[in-house]
Amino acid sequence: MAAVLESLLREEVSVAAAVRWIARSAQSSEDDPGEAAALSSLRPLRKEFVPFLLNFLREQSSRVLPQGPPTPAKAPGSSAALPGRPGGPPRGGRGARSQLFPPTESSSAAAAEAPSARRGGRRRGPGPGRERGGRGPGGLEEGVGGESQLWPGGRRSRGSGSPGSPSLVRSDPPNLSNLEEFPPVGSVPPGPAGTKPSRRINPTPVSEERSLSKPKTCFTSPPINCVPSSQPSVPDTSPWGHGLPPGCRSLQEEREMLRKERSKQLQQSPSTTCATSELGPPLPSWTGNLTAESADPARVSSRQRLELIALVYSSCIAENLVPNLFLELFFVLQLLTARRMVATKDGDLEPSPGAPDSLESPLFQSVHDCVFFAVQVLEHQFQVLSYLDKGTLKLLAENERLLCFSPALQGRLRAAYEGSVAKVSLAMPPSAQAVSFQPETDNRANFSSDRAFHTFKKQRDVFFEVLREWEDRHEEPGWDFEKGLGSRIRAMMGQLSAACSHSHFVRLFQKQLLQMCQSPGGTGGTVLGEAPDVLSMLGADKLGRLRRLQERLVAPQSSGGPCPPPTFPGCQGFFRDFILSASSFQFNQHLMDSLSLKIRELNSLALPQPEPSDEDGESDVDWQGERRQFAMVLLSLRLLAKFLGFVAFLPYRGPEPPPTRELQDSILALRSQVPPALDVRALLQQGLRARRAVLTVPWLVEFLSLADHIVPLLDYYRSIFTVLLHLHRSLVLSKESEGEMCFLNKLLLLAVLGWLFQIPTVPEDLFFLEEGQLDALEVDTVASELGLDGMPVVDQHLLYTCCPYIGELRKLLASWVSGSSGRSGGFVRKITPTTTTGLGAQPPRTSQGLQAQLAQAFFHNQPPSLRRTVEFVAERIGSNCVKHIKATLVADLVSQAESLLQEQLVTQGQDGGDPAQLLEILCSQLCPHGAQALTQGREFCQKKSPGAVRALLPEETPAAVLSSAENIAVGLATEKACTWLSANITALIRREVKAAVSRTLRAQGPEAAARGERRGCSRACEHHAPLPSHLISEIKDVLSLAVGPRDPEEGVSPDHLEQLLGQLGQTLQCRQFLCPPAEQHLAKCSVDLASLLVADHIPVLGPPSPRGLERGQARRLLHVLLSLWKDDFQVPVPLQLLLSPRNVGLLADTRPREWDLLLFLLRELVEKGLMGRTEIEDCLGSLRDAQWPKDFSEELATLFHLFLAEPHRPEPQLRACELVQTNRGTVLAQS
Amino acid sequence: MILTKAQYDEIAQCLVSVPPTRQSLRKLKQRFPSQSQATLLSIFSQEYQKHIKRTHAKHHTSEAIESYYQRYLNGVGRNGAAPVLLELANEVDYAPSLMAPVILERFLQEHEETPPSKSVINSMLRDPSQIPDGVLANQVYQCIVNDCCYGPLVDCIKHAIGHEHEVLLRDMLLEKNLSFLDEDQLRAKGYDKTPDFILQVPVAVEGHIIHWIESKASFGDECSHQAYLHDQFWSYWNRFGPGLVIYWYGFIQELDCNRERGILLKACFPTDIVTLCHSVA
Repeated sequence: MAAVLESLLREEVSVAAAVRWIARSAQSSEDDPGEAAALSSLRPLRKEFVPFLLNFLREQSSRVLPQGPPTPAKAPGSSAALPGRPGGPPRGGRGARSQLFPPTESSSAAAAEAPSARRGGRRRGPGPGRERGGRGPGGLEEGVGGESQLWPGGRRSRGSGSPGSPSLVRSDPPNLSNLEEFPPVGSVPPGPAGTKPSRRINPTPVSEERSLSKPKTCFTSPPINCVPSSQPSVPDTSPWGHGLPPGCRSLQEEREMLRKERSKQLQQSPSTTCATSELGPPLPSWTGNLTAESADPARVSSRQRLELIALVYSSCIAENLVPNLFLELFFVLQLLTARRMVATKDGDLEPSPGAPDSLESPLFQSVHDCVFFAVQVLEHQFQVLSYLDKGTLKLLAENERLLCFSPALQGRLRAAYEGSVAKVSLAMPPSAQAVSFQPETDNRANFSSDRAFHTFKKQRDVFFEVLREWEDRHEEPGWDFEKGLGSRIRAMMGQLSAACSHSHFVRLFQKQLLQMCQSPGGTGGTVLGEAPDVLSMLGADKLGRLRRLQERLVAPQSSGGPCPPPTFPGCQGFFRDFILSASSFQFNQHLMDSLSLKIRELNSLALPQPEPSDEDGESDVDWQGERRQFAMVLLSLRLLAKFLGFVAFLPYRGPEPPPTRELQDSILALRSQVPPALDVRALLQQGLRARRAVLTVPWLVEFLSLADHIVPLLDYYRSIFTVLLHLHRSLVLSKESEGEMCFLNKLLLLAVLGWLFQIPTVPEDLFFLEEGQLDALEVDTVASELGLDGMPVVDQHLLYTCCPYIGELRKLLASWVSGSSGRSGGFVRKITPTTTTGLGAQPPRTSQGLQAQLAQAFFHNQPPSLRRTVEFVAERIGSNCVKHIKATLVADLVSQAESLLQEQLVTQGQDGGDPAQLLEILCSQLCPHGAQALTQGREFCQKKSPGAVRALLPEETPAAVLSSAENIAVGLATEKACTWLSANITALIRREVKAAVSRTLRAQGPEAAARGERRGCSRACEHHAPLPSHLISEIKDVLSLAVGPRDPEEGVSPDHLEQLLGQLGQTLQCRQFLCPPAEQHLAKCSVDLASLLVADHIPVLGPPSPRGLERGQARRLLHVLLSLWKDDFQVPVPLQLLLSPRNVGLLADTRPREWDLLLFLLRELVEKGLMGRTEIEDCLGSLRDAQWPKDFSEELATLFHLFLAEPHRPEPQLRACELVQTNRGTVLAQS
Repeated sequence: MILTKAQYDEIAQCLVSVPPTRQSLRKLKQRFPSQSQATLLSIFSQEYQKHIKRTHAKHHTSEAIESYYQRYLNGVGRNGAAPVLLELANEVDYAPSLMAPVILERFLQEHEETPPSKSVINSMLRDPSQIPDGVLANQVYQCIVNDCCYGPLVDCIKHAIGHEHEVLLRDMLLEKNLSFLDEDQLRAKGYDKTPDFILQVPVAVEGHIIHWIESKASFGDECSHQAYLHDQFWSYWNRFGPGLVIYWYGFIQELDCNRERGILLKACFPTDIVTLCHSVA
């Protein structure tokens, strides 16, 4: 490979030809024959060129960039076939020359060791001991022990050695957390052994300034199990929740190490600073000891060589020959901001005079070289840079090195910065609204049984209870999801027996997921892996605050480098942990079904299809809406797909790939049988064909990012990766022609794909596929149709929201600024809250041939908002129509049913026969009327739709357009309504009639009779009557006084009694606050009170009356009661209680007994028609059966006879009574 | 009416082992003249109920029942007109209205052929005239009218109070022109959990958005509030979002801690209501 570079350097081959050679297998006619000859000899090595180049650059820069995060080289030294491919060459069999680090399968042993390396302890010394072993099947055992593997998840990092220094260049996955292993430059101990550069750029875990800005993890995706924790105190934050290797340190611990390291550095600084800073004194404000050298264009060595390599490198980037565009930009910016050169062992630094332009001498001999190279590349990449966010542009434009090396580029950047539209808005606080109850889907009718309905009711509450508890406690140190909530969740899931309950719960779960995690405003940056860079805002030297701050932050830094692994930040963590804790197969299956359905639905959602020539274009207010809608759909899809991927691959998920080839093969054989949870390949192909890649690919990437190690090896998914690789290669940013994808759309796809290619589970050699496979895959797009891809649907905001890791570029630049000037370089990441309007289902499309086509054609030349309006109106009117029919036609039929039923009940007697039979009779009579629904529905749509369309379209809409739009809306609405009605009206009528029947039958019960007709208050009533509760309470007090026991001074005044009965009258007349049970109790209490009056049992207050109430007073009170019973009570009064043995028995206790009031009462009851004579006679008759004292029985018998004897003339009866009572001696003349 | 925890504890302290009679209530009013009668009764009732819940079981062991029944028989044997049952209940620190069914059931077991059903017992408690024994009927009636915390009359009063406050609240909503759906309408639509009122258009009360209002004609103490939160308020929140609870007889100030979360407590109808279109003073 080096030969290619050499020939380039010797100018035997032009850069253009070389890039053509790399990009395409076939020779181009443009190629010079000489060039072609030079290159054709190297043909077998062609596809190894890019990985070689990338690794070469990384190696060359390793002495300059020890402090930055390493640039990963997911660039294998060879394009060996994918691991495990049958028939592929043995892995790692290429030999050590071209492939010092053959593809290795990480072993579990290596994986297990990783943590200890992370934890510190100088496990690997510089030098030969740092080699790592290749343990792949057939691989060379290269390692000499002491190796450390940071990525147990199969993250293998390889590089090919430079021919000149094979033994020196070792690609090790950086262990950034290990401060001792990768000490910052200033602390590198001098001495031959210590100065040997590690062979990659990777080294330091934490740069001085960045140490403050973020917890360092590795540059590339760390192993899935060592995900940088977004919740420092929670021990288990890996996406998989479980199985965290012991070595995964919490952020807290890393901080601790960082602090120690920092203090160590400070101690060491005096000597090292002197030793290394040769160029001028450090600026006073510089922090720490990591002073940056100033770079000087005049001191660049071998300019030409650097220019040339920069050109080749840039061309590779431009042609998408590198896996990850932003990774390369990051690398370049690292070079730009390189602080100083590490002194190496004798001569290494010296350019070898003999071959200045060969690869023998180091490419970057000084910081000047690095900066020069970086600026060269940046110049070539200006177009991409100009699309970066304003903050990054500002930092770039203000970079003094850039200004110094290329004032022209600086000028362009400044112009780009000034032209960039500021889009900074702060994240809104999370608003965890619960999913609202929707009767249409949630009421009893949607459940198989009452039990299922009530179970779901409980589950909803448990779910939110768990969610609330999580919100409150997940940040607490020591709190554990599984321990805290696991058993409750499982208990709840255990109740979900019926399949239908599962689907209800899943719907709730999914809705809540979307609600909480989808809107960027919802969980703010955390959802999208973003968090304000608070640490860099703070400035570089506020380490003391770090700890406190960190404790306060939910997700101190959730994006880990430019290629963070997939994580579940913020609220997503709750849903992930819920799934894990629930560990319910049924739930997972239902969830996958539901997620798949929603993904399909959203993926095929009709999104804006505006005319590209639409002059309003970008500025059109509609466009903001279109974009917002697109962003909403895209973000929802990504979220859903991520969870689908999570659940779908959950059973296969493990920390490592299978250890042996045989095992892998058998797993492959098994897995290839399993159909995919969702046919993503078909969706991808559809998406590409319909030119909707910009929508489909980002969510597909999310889905695939959660795949397990085996997935990329399965034929099905392999073919998807192949398509994606092809797509990636085709997204050349510089190509701008008719029908091309929009720039930002491309950039988004490049970013997400680049990220995917760095995911630990994706084999790194996948990217450098055999070209034959690539060429074979041409997607036939419908060229005529301009799909979403050609629309400027992606804006910068969406790009950064989907790919927060792009922000790493800015952080890097900011850290340079803060490092060199002490200024704060951070800022709050922008997140524009998007509205959380629900995404309606795809509006129904007419399928009526020509008319439908005409309608489509009509919309084609109209602004998209017109179509949306019409579809929206149709959808709503159609739905309203159904509701209207329910409320009118169906309601009428139901009331008919009720009256029919009443008739039936009258004719057939109370029970009316079998309810089921009744229902059948009624339905057979009423259901035919349902046919009217269609006519009425048509009328409704006809009447309502045009007005709605007119109100929503601009005033200026031409009349013809307007009327067409109205007609289409009417048609669509009618279709929607009538489709529904014709399918459902009968069932609907049946259901409603059934409910009415059971209602009516229930109403026939005894209670209903008691209820009777109820009157309201009079119209003039102002509802000032005493409250029923107050009256019951007052009467109860009187009763309790009367019944005793009571204190001697206790009693009731007659006035109070009278007042009380007056109030009772008022209350009974004002019905405002009166409910039947209260009235019933009042009635019963009033009867009790009457009995006590008759028996003279009311204790009266005050001295004048030793015997209770005066007879006259008692009689007046009884009169009042009688009239209340007659006129005011609307519930039946239990008057027969007046003659119950208990109440009559009250008389037995009084001496002397006075019967006049009782007789008076009985007479009045009959006279007022409150009780019939016979009724009273019955009561008196049964009274005689009770056991009484002998004298009492006699008196009772007398009373009975008296009452019977004079039925018709009450007045004389009273006298007769007196006569009788004179015998007993205590007759009291009536007044 | 909104009490601090300390104020509440002071009142609760006075209620330990106090029988639920009107005399006790009178003393309580004298002790805390500044508190409203309804609030005091509500607190009394709730504290007493807590006490009964704790001790309920021990009054229902067969030994206890037998011993109570014998004491009752002895008592009425001496004097049937004396408040035997009421005093027995007070002596053993149990609610008279709860003691009555214990004795009644035991009595019926002895005198009837078939063991009495719950509904028969309840019916006899509502109407003691049905009790076959005159003396027992009077004893039971006495227990019921003298108990201010339990019994069918008290239940009815509580129910009536609840109903009246819902009506009051409805009137206030109508007066403020806030459209709402009430419980019956919600149930008819098939809602599984129904607050008293759901506002059709949410309003802001003291700066907090509310979607629903629940009326509670009682004092909000810790125990009842926690139970309500669990059984009702959070369930409403889970379905309808944040809302307002009115404890008409006041509540412990410290319990109003979920405002930010979406459950607002008030002791009266709020005055600071902001609607979508205009502000109501």
